[in-house]
Order: sequence, then structure tokens, then C-alpha cells
Amino acid sequence: MSEFLTLPPQKIKTEEMVLNMGPQHPSTHGVLRLELVLEGEVIVDVKPHVGYLHRCFEKHCEALTYQQIVPYVDRMDYLAAMGNEMGWAIACERLMGIEVPQRVEYIRVIMAELQRIASHLVAVGTYGLDIGAFTPFLYCFRDREKILNLFEITCGARLLYNYMWPGGLSHDIPPEFSRLTKEFLSEFKPVVKELNNLLSYNKIFIERTANVGVLPVEAAINYGMTGPNLRASGLKWDLRRDDPYSVYDKFDFDIPVGQGWHGKVGDCWDRYYVRLLEIEQSIRIIEQAIDQIPEGDVASAIPKRYKPPVGHIYARIENPRGELGYFIVSNGSQQPARVKVRPPSFISLGVMGELCKGHLVADVVAVLGSIDIVLGEVDR
Amino acid sequence: MGLLDQKFENENIVITNLEDLLNWSRLSSLWQVGFGLACCAIEMMATSASHYDFDRFGVIPRPSPRQSDIIIISGTVTLKMATRVKRLYEQIPDPKYVISMGSCANCGGPYWEHGYHVLKGVDRIIPVDVYVPGCPPRPEALLEGLLKLQEKIRNESLVRNAS
Amino acid sequence: MTFEEIKNYIAEHYPSLSDLDFDKSASDKALEVTADKLIDLMSVLYADSALKMDNLILISAVDDFNGEKIIIEDGSTVMKGGTLSVYYHLESLSLRHKFNVVVRVPRESPDVPSVTFIWGGANFNEREGYDMIGINFVNHPNLTRILMPYDWEAGYPLRKDYKNPEFYQGMKVPY
Repeated sequence: MSEFLTLPPQKIKTEEMVLNMGPQHPSTHGVLRLELVLEGEVIVDVKPHVGYLHRCFEKHCEALTYQQIVPYVDRMDYLAAMGNEMGWAIACERLMGIEVPQRVEYIRVIMAELQRIASHLVAVGTYGLDIGAFTPFLYCFRDREKILNLFEITCGARLLYNYMWPGGLSHDIPPEFSRLTKEFLSEFKPVVKELNNLLSYNKIFIERTANVGVLPVEAAINYGMTGPNLRASGLKWDLRRDDPYSVYDKFDFDIPVGQGWHGKVGDCWDRYYVRLLEIEQSIRIIEQAIDQIPEGDVASAIPKRYKPPVGHIYARIENPRGELGYFIVSNGSQQPARVKVRPPSFISLGVMGELCKGHLVADVVAVLGSIDIVLGEVDR
Repeated sequence: MGLLDQKFENENIVITNLEDLLNWSRLSSLWQVGFGLACCAIEMMATSASHYDFDRFGVIPRPSPRQSDIIIISGTVTLKMATRVKRLYEQIPDPKYVISMGSCANCGGPYWEHGYHVLKGVDRIIPVDVYVPGCPPRPEALLEGLLKLQEKIRNESLVRNAS
Repeated sequence: MTFEEIKNYIAEHYPSLSDLDFDKSASDKALEVTADKLIDLMSVLYADSALKMDNLILISAVDDFNGEKIIIEDGSTVMKGGTLSVYYHLESLSLRHKFNVVVRVPRESPDVPSVTFIWGGANFNEREGYDMIGINFVNHPNLTRILMPYDWEAGYPLRKDYKNPEFYQGMKVPY
């Protein structure tokens, strides 16, 4: 022992330690396995191992018709099922050249924005949970239940809806929907402030997240980051404004970007806070849309037979986690020849190694929570 | 509860038999492995959170399987995950119970036909006590599944198990 | 710029890439390129100041299923010949235009050069293309299976002639 202590430091043999995190780990948001390569407590590399929830979505698409795929689309990003359906419906409508009625477009926008709020509430709540704050989680889920109730009176389901079909909607909204939505919004508006007081400006929370996992904007673009993760790095890029789909060009809303409020631009706190600001913008969009819903039929444009022309198409929307795209190859039959999804979480996960390098082990959880992945979409 | 009825006046004594006491204590603090698999995990989280409050049945998520009593298989078990689920189950100390939540864990669900990488039912690798149907089941359904499990534990007998 | 403008720009400024042709069957257009010219084209698209395709949206591998179908004795189809394709969807965030490129490679030797050294985001996309369709991305830093288990031996599941195994590690796979 004494002999060992007298050795000069450079003679001591050291090697990197490999630590497995997951697939069963309370902070991996599902079944993700991270292989951490450590030097002491400092991270040298993080290798994500995914596929523990690979449910063969793309194989199912090749065996099912276009409308049969809608329920499977729900089950990809199960926190934002309305957004997934909207993307699929828009992709199919572009492929088949269907014009949908204005009423459908407005209802879709309202549903997608309500879903964005619900999804961001889960993201914010579980992020607090990861960092060690349990209470915000309960507050977020309390308000999420109210949104789920709105979905439930519309289409009967709480989580996976099968609501937006290519060409229309499965049900019209019930007559009391706009009154209930307005009630919800007036109740919900003070909650964002409440969340700020509970979590955002908490000293411990800022210490844990500010200046951690900084993603410069060039790297964010190069790694294909989209959505709140890209905006937190400072780039004003939102498909709702920059590549407008549906009726988003009729509404007035801001695109919040990261400004380095408590540290560098693009750190974990920015990514967290951009989501909170987006909740406020979604409220604005719903408030504008809810009064403008035109009258009409929601099922008139649903085609009886789906036989799109031969070709391929890429359609994309802004989902709560980023750019969700569908690449459909049609061979003219009732089933698509190939469907490839651009899953925002899957591509965001590719940057984990870069973000964690040089940080401590405890920061992995903070970084992973801040890029907000859903494993159902990573693995499909 | 059944035990408090027989409480003597002004005394801190309860008369019961050992079997009832063990079953009662076992069923009222079922700690679950804090472990979610897929979409159903979100409903499981909603069940634990404010509105439905799983805690009132004594169900608390524990991060480690070695300190848990039940495991809720909440979602699709894929082939890649199946060996890990089995390992988790083996780590739970006896007596242990399994709730299979949702169609995917029951029988493969919507992925039964073309799911080349989906295990068609978690009961192919571990024994299941309660199946909760639904895709995903509502939180009320999961609560009912838990009540069914409690009923099962309440009627367990040490003597019959030993024979 | 629109798709045609970008294509004409490339043909005008880079003569070595001028003989490329449209993928004619498409509703979204894509520029068809051979595998050996892919890196040249991608470097131009990324670096040219008038194009600046800084964002790689998606890489999708597709089984074209256009070869000779042979029915073997147990009734299943095996494909011989034909092509596999890889579609690249590119976008410029600063100049606000999009562009699509497609590479077709023979089914028997699906070698496509990797573009990970241009776009970091290509890494996972290409691994998925290898895992699902079996495209061999040459020079990829870590071309291993990503979604399927590492010891999966039954082939590439999204090929149309894929046949699922009966058992995996002692677990029955079919219903």
C-alpha cells in the first residue's frame, strides 16, 4: 500500500469505467439504455442504445390501408397523439389531393394546440421529477387531466384518439366544447405563473440546469435538432410560421427562442423555459381560433376509396417535440409501399453524446430530461 | 377492513388469525416497481398523480425491484426488452404479483399480426395475476385491476400454498 | 429557390454533376444520382453559398421491390435483382428552400457512401437504414443495428421478402 502511494501519479494505471443506465431507470422516460463512459465522475461519452420499444410501425403501414394506419400513428408519440394524426392526415391529403373544409382545419388546430399544452405539461412535470422536485409533477398532471377531459367529450378517448382521419374528423365537436375550452383557458392561464414560482425560478433548479448541456446553434442545426430544442439554441424556426400548414397563417403568435436567461444560450434551462413560453403561445392560438370556427360538415371530404397516384411525398408538421415528418411512397394500391417517419425524438437523441461530454454523471439526467424524448417515437 | 370491528374497548388489542393479518398487511402496501414501458405507462403515471391518486391504496413506485411487491407491465413488451423484463421480475422478492396492463402486454394488442419484434403477451415469459384490458386502459380500469389483485391476496392461505 | 432552379444551378456551375436526371415517377421531385457521385453532390449542396443545405431532414431507405420474384418451396417469395433506394431530404434553414436526392443501388451490393461527416444527424438515420433495409453505408463510424437486437440474425425486417423467425432466444415470435 505504501509502495503504491509513493508512485508518481503518471505511473498509476487508470482506465475508463462503463456504467449502464437503463433500460429500467426512473429517469429515462421509458425504456432507453444509456452507456456512460466515465473518467471518475466526468463523462467521456454517452452511447444511447434504443429499440427496446420497437413496435414495427413501418411494417404495419405496408400491410394496412391509409385509414387503418391512423390508430398506429397515435401510438408513436403517445404524449402528442393529436399532432401525429394531424401530420398523417395532412400527408395523406397532399398525396391524394383532397381539400378539407375550413371547419375541420380550425378544429384540428385547436386540438393540436391543446395537445401541445398537455404534452409540454408532461415534459415540464417530469423534468422537475428528474431534477428532484416532485410537486410540479402533481400540478402539471392536475391540469393535464382537464385537457384530457376536453378530448374525452369530443372523441371518447383520453390518450390515443383516432380522431383526425385523412379528409376529415371522426366526430364533430360537441356544442358545449367552446364554452368548456374557454373555461379551461381562463382557469389555466394563472397556472403558468404558478409553475414559474414553483419550479422555474427555484434556486436549486437553476443551479442544476443553467449552463449544463449547452448546444450552440450551429451544432443544433448540424445534428438535425428541431422544435423547442432548436429554438432554445436561439434560432427562430417554427414550421407553423416558416412552412405553414393548415390554417396557422391566420393566427397571430410569437415564437419564443432561448436567450440565455440564466447562463449560456441553449442550456438545459433555456430548453425547459422555451416550453413554458410555448404553452402561453398555444393559449393565444386557441383563443383566436375558438371564436372563428366556421359552420359546416366535418366528414364531407373523407373519401370512400383511397387510391393515391404513384409517387412519393414528404409532409411535415410542428409537433411538440419538433418536426414530425411522414415520407410516403405510394405504388398506386390501397396500401402505401413504404412509410418512413421522421421522428423528432429519435434525431434529438443523437446529440446526447455531444451534450453530456465533460459534465458530471448527475447532469445526464438533467440533459436527457431537457431534450424531452418519448421512447414510443424513438423506437416506433 | 374486518380487523377493527373486533377491537376491544379501551385496549390496544386486535384479535385475528395470522393468515388474515399477513394478507391484510400485504395487500395494503403493494409497492410497485417504478417502471413504465409504453403508452400505458402514461396512464399509469396519471393514475399515480393527483387526480386518481394510487397512493391511497398503498401503491408507491419504488425505483428498485428488490424493494417491490408488484410489477405492472405497462405496455408493449418487445423481444429486445423481454429478457430484461424477466430479469426484473426475478429480482423482486417473494411474494410477488404481476399486473399485465393493456392489450399489448396481454396478447400483443394491435401488433399481434405484423409485429415481428413484439412479444405476443407477457405471460409467455412471466406468470400474470391480473390482466387489465384496454388500449390503453383508463386509470379507473387499472384501479379495478389493483382491487382484483387485493381480493386475490385477501383470499390467499398459507396452508393451501404450502401443500 | 425551387427544385428546378436548384437543379439548373447545379448543372450550370458543376459540369461533372450535370448529367443527373429526375426521378420521373414522383409527385415530390427528387434528383437521381449514382452512389459514386453522391458525396460530390452532397458536398456541393452543403457548401455552395447559393444552396447552403445545412439541415438534413431525413434519410429514408426504401425497398423498391422491382426485381425478379422467385417463389421457393415453402410458398414464400424471394427477390432476386432489382434495386434499393435511399432518399435524402435536405433543407436550407437560412435560404428557406428544400431539395430531395435519391440514390438507387443494386439489391445484391447496396453500398452507399455515408454522409455523417457532413451532417452529424445522419448518424442515427443511416444506422436505421442499415438495420431495417440493409443498406451498407460505407465509411459510417458505427454501422450496427439500432432498433433490432444486436444478435438478430433473421435479416432486414423492412425488405419485402423478409421472413420472420419462429423463435428468438427461446421465445415464440408469431402469435
